[in-house]
Order: sequence, then structure tokens, then C-alpha cells
Amino acid sequence: MMSPLKRIPLRARFVRTSSLLAVVSTLLIPAALPAQQQKPWEKIPIPALHEFKPQQPKRIDLKNGIVIFLQEDHELPFVSGSILIPGGSRDEDASKAGLIGLYGQAWRTSGTAKMNGDQLDDLLESKAAHIETEGSEDSTSLAWDSLKADADQVFSLAFDLLLHPSFSAEKLQLAQQQEATGIVRRNDDEGEIAERESAKLVYGANSPYTRQPELSTIGAVSVADLKAWHDSTIGGKLIIGISGDFDPVAMEAKMRTAFGALPPVKPTPARHDVFPPPKPGVSFINKEDVNQSNVEIVGLGTDRHNPDVPTLAVMNEILGGGFASRLFQKVRTELGLAYAVGGGFGAAYDHPATFRVEVLTKSASTVDATKATLAEIESLNNRPVTEEELKRAKDSILNSFLFRYDTRDKVLAERVRLEFYGYPADYLETYKANLEKVTAKDVDAVAKKYIHADKLALLVVGNGPEIKPPLEDLSLGAPRPVDITIPQPSKGSGAPGAAEKEQ
Amino acid sequence: MQSRFLPWPRVGAVALMAAVLAGTGLNSALAQDLKSFEQRITTKVLPNGLTLIVCERPEAPVFSYSTFIDAGDVNDPSGESGLAHMFEHLAFKGTSEIGTTDYAAEKVALAKVETANDAYEAEYLKPVGRDPQKLAALKKAVQDDEAEAHKYVVPNQFTEIAQRNGAEGLNAETGLDNTMYYWSMPENRLELWAYLESGRLADTVPREFYKERDVVMEERRMRTDSNPEGRLFEQFLATAYVAHNYGRSSIGWPSEVSQITATEAMNFHKKYYVGSNVVVSVVGDVKASEAMPLLEKYFSRVPAGPKPEEMTTVEPKQFAEKSITIHDPSQPIYMEGYHRPDYRDPDDAVYDAISDILSNGRVSRMYRSLVRDQQIAAEAAGVSPYPGDKYPSLFVFFAVPLPGHMPAEMAASIHKEIDKLRTTDVTDEELAMYKTRQRADLLRGLADNQGLANALAEYQTRYGDWRELFKQLDRVDKVTKADIRRVANQVFVTGNRTTASIETAPPAAPEKKDGDAR
Repeated sequence: MMSPLKRIPLRARFVRTSSLLAVVSTLLIPAALPAQQQKPWEKIPIPALHEFKPQQPKRIDLKNGIVIFLQEDHELPFVSGSILIPGGSRDEDASKAGLIGLYGQAWRTSGTAKMNGDQLDDLLESKAAHIETEGSEDSTSLAWDSLKADADQVFSLAFDLLLHPSFSAEKLQLAQQQEATGIVRRNDDEGEIAERESAKLVYGANSPYTRQPELSTIGAVSVADLKAWHDSTIGGKLIIGISGDFDPVAMEAKMRTAFGALPPVKPTPARHDVFPPPKPGVSFINKEDVNQSNVEIVGLGTDRHNPDVPTLAVMNEILGGGFASRLFQKVRTELGLAYAVGGGFGAAYDHPATFRVEVLTKSASTVDATKATLAEIESLNNRPVTEEELKRAKDSILNSFLFRYDTRDKVLAERVRLEFYGYPADYLETYKANLEKVTAKDVDAVAKKYIHADKLALLVVGNGPEIKPPLEDLSLGAPRPVDITIPQPSKGSGAPGAAEKEQ
Repeated sequence: MQSRFLPWPRVGAVALMAAVLAGTGLNSALAQDLKSFEQRITTKVLPNGLTLIVCERPEAPVFSYSTFIDAGDVNDPSGESGLAHMFEHLAFKGTSEIGTTDYAAEKVALAKVETANDAYEAEYLKPVGRDPQKLAALKKAVQDDEAEAHKYVVPNQFTEIAQRNGAEGLNAETGLDNTMYYWSMPENRLELWAYLESGRLADTVPREFYKERDVVMEERRMRTDSNPEGRLFEQFLATAYVAHNYGRSSIGWPSEVSQITATEAMNFHKKYYVGSNVVVSVVGDVKASEAMPLLEKYFSRVPAGPKPEEMTTVEPKQFAEKSITIHDPSQPIYMEGYHRPDYRDPDDAVYDAISDILSNGRVSRMYRSLVRDQQIAAEAAGVSPYPGDKYPSLFVFFAVPLPGHMPAEMAASIHKEIDKLRTTDVTDEELAMYKTRQRADLLRGLADNQGLANALAEYQTRYGDWRELFKQLDRVDKVTKADIRRVANQVFVTGNRTTASIETAPPAAPEKKDGDAR
């Protein structure tokens, strides 16, 4: 068999860092220019795109509040499904940080009263089928997939896991060991440190969005906690997505029977987070086994309810969205100071994301690269967006918009996502229509409104003695050291096998 | 199961494509698929030797392509490690039409840069009598000539045209064995794409080369120098191989990649980017009857040339066990590798079976033994081939110890699993599971334009026929329990072993003043 090739992607990071949407295509007919100015590629005809109406899934609203989406796709003989459940790590108790991660593992590995996790593994793998559970920031999920012929059986198993999980102490302990391994290793890779610690600069170290599991907090999680979590969330508004090669009538009946029998859903409690802006200035983490600095420039971002989001998406494309962006052109192509450089103003669905720009550069050029990157961020305020930049950015976003829904699975996932966060089903269309209207002036205006370089926080992770000129030369004040020592659990706490020494 | 800790060479869309028998549903589905693919796939070899593959999959008005060059960093000449990858970066810099305001003038300016760089390099490499002042002057001369050449550059115009026409997932990968370029696009840009892609293959211009070399040095720092696993893998391979280029840093040793010249990169291009060494595949909403003439028109621009000669070096048989330990501030990792034959070996599928039985999912032997039962590792697996497949490579085991556990324990437990393979047959269930899963994974992979484009191009290159993507199932089918024992006994022997580990050490005080924080 052809193998796992060891590949070096040209740019594995930042292909499109703006986490904002991108999608559906318009025609870009080259403008009629005088013939002598037309470049060879502009003479190539671009015919009308083949007509395409993405197939929307069928939506079923159950009386109890559960929503089901069915997406038929008969290309291959598989059926897959997922159940999205509100509530995630941001809702867990701070003293038990990591609970959701443990829950996401132990739910599946423990199995059900009828069939334990190991037996489930044997059965499913023999059929090349899967059932997996997962915990994330705002939700947990249960997903399955199998060959069509096994679909009924695999769904029954998954449904049984939803309703009758049997959390076992043994599998919780296994999950705790896995988590502990992650915790003691979390300072090994500087990229991981930079990402984690820069988020803390934005949200604060104890925010529900950044607080990290510690050996003591994962050690504090018991089987009773997992059960309690399960019982408290499973009655929430479940969203079911099914896709694949099934008979729609039979599948609808089956889903109605299964999920219709559940009690009315409980509303998801609203969150009341506050998001103060970060403290400006430079923070520094010393790591002496590296020869490259990871520089993070961060601030508070926004959420997608903000009507400025389409304009911000265009701004992101201009700042750091691709090869033609200001950051890429300057810091990578012109100065050769970085392989990885990019970023933008993020937008999450239900809380402010982060503004984040990152540059990775050799220790000695840390100050130069940081200055150059900051200058490009500031350029949004002092170098008006040109019509050419605007057009390029909009073309890039709009002509690749299609890839938002070029598969039925993507269409389904988008609908589930919009339903989960309470956005209208036509969100993408509206968003695209608004993108098309963005003008250069609009971009300049949002830059003025949202980009304040002097209010951003900087984090440098790198090899202190090698960073010359030193960070003081950024003239942003004395670098504040950040302590990333991994706390050891107090003696007698239940944390499994902690590493003895950390620097 | 995905590796949580190691950026292990993942089984990509291509590698998924290996499999065997099982449920009748699977078998008939696959049989149908091969038949349906026969009808939907058109291949054509152009007079310049370049092979085109078009696969019609009109699910949405998009297509994906893969350009597969049968050359990678294993082909870098001695002293020029990292060259294939350096050239790959150059292939994004445009052509004589794209990325320039005046190519005729730019060409002259670029030639001057090369001359100046040669003079600088000659001085730099003087064994004795290097003159620092002269060196500085020569360096300045290079920079001045670069600035002159830069006047004609329209930076990143090639990628800009692609991206503003909707290119998605635009990227390239240089492996040891091959180089791949790929992206997806709306189907109405097929001709534009053919123009761009054939242009960069046929008409590469070495512009902004020395700045890009700095970029690649940063890439090396990111992937290798500043990453504990990157350091481990590089040293592991350098230890395991004594003769073959698989042992050489693939992104390039710093002293070598930092001195690659544009002339060297263009020589690599001339030798390896010839029609007979290139396969281009397109999958998506395209009609072969319309697309093929168009592709032929553009890709005929790629120069013809003889298929480059194959490498003569064959890694000699290993004499004795080798072992390295990196004392590093990071947490411990253990790995060991055994030399195995290349992908053409009749036992190729047997290695896959072993890897699957040892490592695939929570039913796998290594998970159940090291992770679930002994509780000494967070993750453990045995995978193959690494670091490539075209030439004899390695079967590699690794384990990520739980806190408080050491590499030596990993080694001992891995060796127990190996002994079991050597002395006892795997079960019927294990073997059947391998075959079922491979078959299903192959099927699952067919629903993705990009994955399919990559796989078709790769199989066409390696076997001379994309159908091998399906036919390999016959080999997988034939794997027996006896094969597994036989191969395990042949390969997993002490004298064929190289081990490498990270053992945690406090950070070395770097000769320094800064009063370090230990």
C-alpha cells in the first residue's frame, strides 16, 4: 500500500486564518480592458458556472423540541449520524476543569449496561463501523457511521449509549491518565504554549474559555460527576443529523420513534460572560531549546451577530488571508523573516473570538519581525484599502464560497451549526450578499473601529538569550515574564501519576 | 485512532486505499466501483510523456487536481539536501508571463544575481584566507543585484490569480519520494487552472529565490529545530540509515539548505520536471471529452525528457542494533524501527496487516496492551512504511509514556508484542477485521475529489496504472496468518533495529549570564 508519506506542506498553517466564513461563487468575468493591457490569463474565458442548487437536508421538528436533519446521499453505501448536545467545558466547574474532556472519552470507552466499551470496540471494528463521543467548549456529541447494511444495528447501539451509558471507574482512570499525559507535556512544544498562553492574555487565565485542566482538577473528577453531567445535559435541545444512503421515509419514521419518545427538552441556560479587553504590553516565556520565536499579537474579537462581520472578513483577507495579503507580502515574501505569518479578527457564533496575528521567526529577528508585523496591522489604520485590494479580497472570498457547501455533508453540518447557535437557515446567503456589498470605505471604517494596535497584547515564546536585539527594543515596556510551571497536585490527591519534576 | 501527541506521518487519503475482503456488501460495492471508475476515468499519455487522468465526478460544480512529480528530497544531490523542497517553493513564484513587469529585463537581472551569489559563495567557502571585508562587500553586491531584479517582480501574482479565482486548499507537499501540487476550484476555471499549472511546470522563473531560502530556513526552525519530535525524527533516521538518502534530513541540513542556489534548483527542475516524470489528475465536475483536448493543449508545454535514472544506492543490511538517546527538556518518547523492503515487495500488504493489527484503534494490540492493560503509555503504535515507500524503508514502533514511566518500559513491552507476533498466529478475527476495515476505508475515500485526485496520480506513478488502487485488494486478500509470522520473524530482529528516545533532562544552562531559572 502506498504509505504515509512524510510531507512538508508549503504552508500548513494560515491557509485561511480568518475563521470567518468563506463561500458560494459568483462569476468573475474579466472586465473588458483594452486589448494591449490584457494579461494572458485574463484572455482565458470563464464560462458560466454549471447550475448548482445544494441539496438541503430535510428538517423535522419533533414535538418535544428535538430537531432532526436528514440528508440523503446515495453515492456510497454508508450511513452516518450525530447528536449534538448543548453544554461543554465552558460550563464545567472550575475546580473540575477537564471534566468534559474526561467525559468525552469515558462515555464511549465505558459503553452501556448491555455492552461494555471493549465489547463495543470489538463489534464495531469487525464491521468497520464507528461510534464516538466527544466533549468540546460549548457542546458534547455522539456520532456514528457504518456501512448501510449495518446501519440499523449501529444506530441502536449508539442510541443505547445515549440513553443508558455506564460510566466506569476504570475507564475514567484511563481517561485521566491520558489527560495527565497531555498536561505534563503541554510545555514541550512552543507553538502549543504560544496558542494557549496568548488566549489567556485575551480572556484571562481563569476564564471559562481558557482555564486549563490541571493534575489536581482532573484528579477531582469522579464517576458520579460524569453521570451528573450526562443527566443534566441529555435533556437539552438535541440536534440530530443523519446523512448517507438510506430510505428517507423509513429513516424519518425510525428517528421520530426513537427521539420522539424523549421528554420535552429543557432550555439551554444563557451564559453571562464578561470580556474585558486584554492588558496591553509584552509578555515573555523563555524556552531555551528553540531557535525560533513564536510571536502572538492578540486582542478581543467579535461574534457573528455583529453586522460588521462581512466587512471584517474582507479586512482579514487583506491583512492576513492569503499569499497576497499585507502580512504575507511584507513579512514573508519581501523580508523573508517568517514561514508562518498570518491571522485576523476572529468571529465566533455566540461569544467574542480573538483577534490574533502570529509570526514565527528566528530568535535574532524577533524584534524586526514583530515590528514589521505590527506595522502591517497598523497599516489598516493609516494606509487606506485600495480598490485593487478590495477586489482581490472579495474575489478570493466569493469565488471560493462554493466550497462551503460543495458536499452534502458540509451542507448538513452547516445547518446543524446554525440551528445550534440559533442563526437563521439562510445565514450563509445573507452573509454572502453582505460580503458583496462591502466597499473599501467600509473596510477602512471597521479598521478604525476595531483595530487599535496600541491596545493589543503581545506574547513572545522564545529563547531569551538568543533574542538580540532584546524585546525592550520594541519600546512597549518591560517584558512581563509568564510563569507556565505545571502545578503539582497536593499529596494524597487523586491525580494519576504526575511527573516528578518540571522546570 | 489519531495520534494525540506525535505528528506522525498520517495515513493520508492515499494510504487509506488499501484493503481486503469481507462482508458481501463491501465486495460488491467495490466491484461496482471499479467498474464505474473504469467508465468515468480517462487517461492519456501526451507526446512529451506526461500522463493525464480525468475522473468525472459531477457532484458539485468544482474540481480538484493533483500534480504528482516522481521526485522528492531523496533525489537531492549530495551537499544539496532540501533542494526538491526549495524548488517546490520556487514553483509558486510565477512564470515568464506571471509575476513580472518585464521578463526580458528581469532575466538579465536574475543572471546577475547568480553571478554575484557565486562570487560570494566562493569567498564564503574558502578553507583559508577568507576576507571578512571582501565577504561583506560581496554580500552587499548580491543584495544590490537582488534589489535590482526585484524591481520587475509582481510579488505572489501566481497564487493571487489562483486565489481570487476561488482556489481552495492551495498547497504543495514535498516528500522524500515525490512532490505534489494541488488545489480545488470552481469548474468554470478549468482552463485558467490548466494555464497556471502547466505554466509553472514548464516555465518556472527563479525569482526571489534567496528570500524564499530564508523562508525555508524558518520552516526548518519551526518543524525541526524548535520541535522536540522534529529533532527526534531527524536524528532517528540519520541513525537508522548509513547509505540511502532516507537517512538525510528531508527539509535539508542547515548548512546545505542555506547554500542552495537558484541555479541548482533550476537544474533539479530541468532533470526531474520532464513529461515522463509527471502525472496530472483532475477529479470533479469535468467532462473528459471536453477537458482532455484542453489539458493536452496546455500540458504539452512541459518539456519532454528521459525518465531520470533510478538511484543506485540500496541501504545495506544493518550489522548491529543502534541506539540513540536525546536528553532534552521535554517529556519522554520512545521509538524503534526495523528495515523493511519497498512498496513493490510481495509482502507489502503483510506489513500493512501487521500495522493494522498492532495499531488501528482501541481493538489494536498495542493499545490494549500498553495503554489499556499495563497502563504505561498514553499512546502506542507500529506503523509502516516510514519515512517513504518508494525505497526500502522502516517499520516503526513508538510509544508515548504516561507520566512516571520510562522509555525502557516501552521498549520491553513493544518487544513482548513483537515476540507474540513471531511465535503465535494472529487470530482469524484480527485478520478478518484488517481486511474489512481496509476495504471500507478504500470505499470511504472515494467520496472526496482531492483525496481521489491524489490517489489516482500516486498509483498511476507508482504502478503505472491507477487501477492498482482497487486491484491491490487482491494482495490484501491473500495475506495469511503464516505470512504475518514469517515476516515478523524476518524483520523484527535485534540486529535490524534502531532505537531512539527522548529522556527528560533539565534545560542545559546555555553558558549564560541571565541567571537561568532552574
